Amino acid sequence: MHLILFIIFAVFCVGGALGLLISKHPINSALSLIVVMVSLAVLYLLLGAEFVAAIQVIVYAGAIMVLFVFTIMLLNAGEEERTKGSRVATALGFPALIIGAATVIYAILAKIGITGSLSLGQFRGTPEAVSDLLFRDFLLPFEVTSVLILIAIMGAVLLARKGSAE
Amino acid sequence: MVPITYYLVLSAILFACGVAGFLIKRNIITIFMSIELMLNAVNLTFVVFAAHWQKLSGHVFVFFVMVVAAAEAAVGLAIIIAIFRTRETLNVDRVNLLKL
Repeated sequence: MHLILFIIFAVFCVGGALGLLISKHPINSALSLIVVMVSLAVLYLLLGAEFVAAIQVIVYAGAIMVLFVFTIMLLNAGEEERTKGSRVATALGFPALIIGAATVIYAILAKIGITGSLSLGQFRGTPEAVSDLLFRDFLLPFEVTSVLILIAIMGAVLLARKGSAE
Repeated sequence: MVPITYYLVLSAILFACGVAGFLIKRNIITIFMSIELMLNAVNLTFVVFAAHWQKLSGHVFVFFVMVVAAAEAAVGLAIIIAIFRTRETLNVDRVNLLKL
């Protein structure tokens, strides 16, 4: 059961990621990315990360992607225009990327020696348990993120304000 | 039962797709989305190892990564809007001066 669900949603994930790469229009890329994020939320649920799955849907697939789609609509972004890149970069870049990814996958499969498998329901990250940790052991980092968010809000307002460019 | 390596390989594939998108895309918004894809791949690794070692700290770290991603998206999209206002383009090849 776990394996079947994993395969289905892993295929969705990889398909969405490839859709992000292949599609020419940014709105299609954004919708593919939403597919990836929702499938990842299901994978998180399979791994018992209930709280993380919920905030994945709410924050990532909800808030952040709405912000992206909103910006695409606002700037009226059309189809991507192709520009000529350097030929050396094309000739070297793709093989290098494939070799790099293959090395990482080989290292994971054969070298680092992490074995073991996960079954459904053996571990649960309920909101109670996560908040227990977050508000006790990680209280200071949690408070610091509030400062980060505040600075981000002020920066966004300052940058996007009309007339700030001149 | 799913071996933990399957999840790690999936995460590596997603990360590689993010890197490829970052390199080949010319639209600045799509490049930004590739960065989000890479962050998501790393989050998957955190959650898998949290389940493997039965430790909840991984989930808390995913929470922090999401907070940083949200802040980054807000600031980054504001910068994109500012660039578009002065340059009238989203193509990164035409945004080649440090000056706005």
